[in-house]
Amino acid sequence: MRVVKRLYADIHRKIGGFDLNVMIESSADRVGILGESGSGKSMTLRCIAGIEPVDSGHIEVNGRVLYDSAGKINMKPQKRNVGYMFQNYALFPTMSVIKNVMAGLGRPTEENRDKAADMLRRFRMDGYEDKLPGELSGGQQQRVALARIMVTEPSLILLDEPYSALDSYLRDRMQVEMLEMLEDYAGQVVMVSHSRDELYRFSEELFIVSEGRIIRHGDTKSVFREPEKAMAARLTGCKNLSAARRIDEHTVEVPDWGIILDLKRTVPQSTSWVGYRAHSFEPVWGEAEENCIKCDIIRVDDLPFEKNYYIRSRNSEAPLCWFVQGEEQRVLDERGLPDYLRLNEDDILLLE
Amino acid sequence: MNGFIELAKTLDWSPLWISLKTGVVATIISFFLGLWAARKVIKKDYRAKSILDGILTLPMVLPPTVAGFFLLLIFSRRRAFGIFLNDTFDIQVVHTWLGCIIAATVIAFPLMYRNARAAFEQIDANLVYAGRTLGMSELSIFWRIVVPTAGPGIASGTILTFARAMGEYGATSMLAGNIPGKTGTVSQRIAMVIQDGDYATAGFWVIVVLVIAFLAIFIINMITGKHMKNIRKW
Repeated sequence: MRVVKRLYADIHRKIGGFDLNVMIESSADRVGILGESGSGKSMTLRCIAGIEPVDSGHIEVNGRVLYDSAGKINMKPQKRNVGYMFQNYALFPTMSVIKNVMAGLGRPTEENRDKAADMLRRFRMDGYEDKLPGELSGGQQQRVALARIMVTEPSLILLDEPYSALDSYLRDRMQVEMLEMLEDYAGQVVMVSHSRDELYRFSEELFIVSEGRIIRHGDTKSVFREPEKAMAARLTGCKNLSAARRIDEHTVEVPDWGIILDLKRTVPQSTSWVGYRAHSFEPVWGEAEENCIKCDIIRVDDLPFEKNYYIRSRNSEAPLCWFVQGEEQRVLDERGLPDYLRLNEDDILLLE
Repeated sequence: MNGFIELAKTLDWSPLWISLKTGVVATIISFFLGLWAARKVIKKDYRAKSILDGILTLPMVLPPTVAGFFLLLIFSRRRAFGIFLNDTFDIQVVHTWLGCIIAATVIAFPLMYRNARAAFEQIDANLVYAGRTLGMSELSIFWRIVVPTAGPGIASGTILTFARAMGEYGATSMLAGNIPGKTGTVSQRIAMVIQDGDYATAGFWVIVVLVIAFLAIFIINMITGKHMKNIRKW
């Protein structure tokens, strides 16, 4: 029988002054949850795994009900068959690598030992069976943690900020490795992160959480293209955000940037914010064109592979950011700084 | 020196065996009771924790004679519970070796409980959660993850408990008395021979106690010290 892959989690939880009300439904193989720290994204994962109590709602994995407040179902985490990878991996420090992987298999039989050893081999950790977790590098610990989860054949895998404990070089490598390691896993994997890059690379479907609520969800690429909400735009890495006022069907005023945008498309009634990504500005020399702002540079930051220009805006706390890389920078070096920066209609984000 | 050897030859060694036996049995009881109590208490909320913790630590803070007073109240054969134990199970506590064990356990138990609790509280809760999501039973999580991870703290608690139980004097003398060969522990023997002015025998027993006490501390340092190699000297 083929099981339909589907995660359904409607979770309500009040704790202290925090209110979590999230609704996640997805059949995608790789699901991402993006949010700032304290937004409730990790708590959502913990509720699904059953290690954090839920006040009310319904949680279901592939048609199997794990929690239902109406039907008074609340499965123990032991019975949920949900794999959870913790931020710090939570390897058992007094157990050897092989014992860690066997921990979820019950009795330490010969068969279970072989199973665990096979899994370690798959993750290229053979030869480390008798080492203690403390003797491994961060990347190796992560592989053992994943092996320990995979060997129990969970129906869903949850990854809680899997790369946050790694330094930046290892983080890049492990992101690629993680995708490889999960390749032959048939179930769904949900990853929680505050990093848009990690989730852009990882997830097919993306949910954005803010203050305990899902503010935007959909196909990852389209969420990045059209964040719809100002907060969602910020979380997907939009550096320039400003309150805006819709004037009519085709014009929006952005007071902070000192500009009135003329657009061909229809401006939705609900537009109250405008966003523009720092890499999307076009330099203009000489006369101002349509949708241009004066390029009044107040600071330049030199980074290894790009230059960040900060442009004066009327909101003194939030200067506009213009990030320039490669070829574009060479043009600037030749022609000098532009007089104006043009905003391309297609790149202008109209937000709520 | 020769006098000492002579003394050792003619000495009644029973206090040492009684003290050691009492120490071992009281430590075993305190070990399981202490771990169990510590596990229960850390799951309580702040208020219940403070109250329970106070009650469980009390025997350590009170003068042992006060504990002895309460123990006599409970186990005396002239009182309800003592009569009940005697008539129903033929168990006598007062003036018996069982009295030694009970007195030593009550006094030494808080050391086990407090050390275990402190060690448990240091444990990363994610280890327990990880065990749960991997399908391990709560009992298995406790014995295979929590206790080994809290190992050094529990080990030092156990040894302190043993040392305290072995040296118990006040409550023991009240509940079990000082019957030579039966309830006469080393501490009680020292007090007794000093009253008789026999400083040589007292000195001998003092040395025995010193050696055991030093060994206990030395073992704790060996066990906990392994994990402290990374601490920088200052």
